[in-house]
Amino acid sequence: MNNVRNKKRANKSLPFFFKDEFKVFFVIIFVSTILLVTTFTFDKVPPILNRGIQPATFPKGLLVLIMFLTAVIYYLSFKNPWKKEKKLPKPFFLTILSFILFIIISKTLDFFLAISVLSIFVSYNWGEKRIFYLLLVGILFPLVVFIFFEMILGLRFPPGIITNLYYY
Amino acid sequence: MMAPLFSSKLLIVLIFGTLFGLILGVLPGLGPTTGGALILPFTMTLDPLSAIVLLTSIYCAGTYGGAITAVLINTPGTPAAAATCLDGYPLAQKGEAGRALGMATVSSTVGGIFSVIVLVFFAPVLAQLAYEFGQPEYFALAIFGLTMLASIGEGSPIKNLIAGAFGILISTIGKDFMTSIDRFTYGINELSVGIGFIPVVVGLFAISEMLTQSTLLDQVFKRVALKAVKLPSIDDYKKTWKTILRSSGIGSFIGVLPAEGGTVASLIGYSEAKRFSKEPEEFGKGSIEGIAGAEAANNAATGGAMVPTLALGIPGSATTAVILTGLIIHGVRPGPDLFREQPDFLYGIFGAMLIANVLFFIFGFFGAKLFARITLVPNKILWPMIFAVSVCGTYSLSQSIIDVWIMLFFGVLGFFMRRFGFSVVPVIIGLILGELVEGTLRQSLVIFDGNWLMFLTRPIALTFFILSLIALAFPLLRSKKQKK
Repeated sequence: MNNVRNKKRANKSLPFFFKDEFKVFFVIIFVSTILLVTTFTFDKVPPILNRGIQPATFPKGLLVLIMFLTAVIYYLSFKNPWKKEKKLPKPFFLTILSFILFIIISKTLDFFLAISVLSIFVSYNWGEKRIFYLLLVGILFPLVVFIFFEMILGLRFPPGIITNLYYY
Repeated sequence: MMAPLFSSKLLIVLIFGTLFGLILGVLPGLGPTTGGALILPFTMTLDPLSAIVLLTSIYCAGTYGGAITAVLINTPGTPAAAATCLDGYPLAQKGEAGRALGMATVSSTVGGIFSVIVLVFFAPVLAQLAYEFGQPEYFALAIFGLTMLASIGEGSPIKNLIAGAFGILISTIGKDFMTSIDRFTYGINELSVGIGFIPVVVGLFAISEMLTQSTLLDQVFKRVALKAVKLPSIDDYKKTWKTILRSSGIGSFIGVLPAEGGTVASLIGYSEAKRFSKEPEEFGKGSIEGIAGAEAANNAATGGAMVPTLALGIPGSATTAVILTGLIIHGVRPGPDLFREQPDFLYGIFGAMLIANVLFFIFGFFGAKLFARITLVPNKILWPMIFAVSVCGTYSLSQSIIDVWIMLFFGVLGFFMRRFGFSVVPVIIGLILGELVEGTLRQSLVIFDGNWLMFLTRPIALTFFILSLIALAFPLLRSKKQKK
């Protein structure tokens, strides 16, 4: 209980733009505004074909509702500040980095190579240093998954430097 | 009722689903919702009945499986088992882990079977009522389902509403189903067919959990040794049978409410068990009644939650939202017509749930010690493997790499949503109900010639709107009462 109170107090002393409440409010309002502007670019249905409401009306209504509710939670946070979250640890950022690596490798080199690289990268950075287990998660398991999807489910994976060795 | 299940294929699916559900329930962070999402793409290779039997058996067994870790390591395998920790772990620390798990197993089974009976009798009645529903009534019902999220879901009601609205917004991406006009596609061809359920579900549950686990690597579990699961004694039964029956009723009722599930059911079941107990001071210190109250309620919510899912197409909980996704991708549209046209299919599901409850009793009783060992698999091995399965599963559905990227995007988004107190469940429910909400609204306006006030002339729709207002006002009244 005291911890939560201390955390709340710590959050209260920060300038408003550093507080989680403001960051969340800002991101939601910013994204919603962009999406709201986009809705004005949707094609309009001629009145004779239009049944009920225009295709843009419903998303517009939702975005306005989201912005309004976001303003309400931000206003309420003045009275009841959110508890300050712990700083994100290094493995979190490394996991995000592994996702980026996955996207790059799967797009340029090979889908299964990307899975292997991510698995080894994540496992290593989460504390696994034993070679056998790294090979297990990085090579053996993706191989089993590949065989399962390819042979049992009959799935064809996207071409790549390793996958092509199997297909051609 | 059981006839469709007497095929070896379905029995194998059922046994596999129950075992898989138990494993998922035991592993903290996974659970039946994430597990159901992970297995969803694989169900495409099965016929619709086998697919839904697999998902429902995972649901029943996974809900129970959470109790094993709640008792042995004080960490609920699923959120629905959170209340079980309160008395399960203290009892285990007193050297009575077997008795605690025995009571959890028996009360879960009784709660689960009770709720299937409720499902068998209540779902057809509700489906029959749904024949009275037109487009305006379905719109009002969907709105009621979404407001219920705000009312009794976890976390802040307003944040739940924002998440639900966001889910509906995602459902508007792609070609408008009435006019074929592109919305939020930004010239990307793949987006014109909309965003699939599976990348969003797997991203929000599995990938966001992987990111959450990356922040908890320093967490150490203290595991209590388990010799064997013991059946409760005659005295235990005498002490708890009323609690088990009461919690089964509470759980089934809470489960029936749209958008709610086992977590709230177990908390209410637990607090009611305490209120009616002759020894309320024992609660939190290892009360056998506390375990019975929580476990009977959370498993009873499984059958209850299937009632609105099958009868109306409105998910009763997060896991039934995944099951509903499974029904939709297999071309099965829940609702009254399903009861009239495919009774065998439905009775197959009911029978599967009944058998799954018996199976998890057997597996839980004889295999709890083995399942408890699964918690020893380190996260640094487990989660990269789950990632590989998530990626391939998501890719397999439409063989599109864009789906995998969408899954990763929703994984990161889901992590930050949870970090800042936004539940991801309303997003899924919003996504599932989105088309229903928009479609019925627009069709209603066509019927009403654009006059919004005409909604108020429909008694059933009006009732749902009033219930929605009550659902929205309830959290405000509750917080005021708590402040006083």
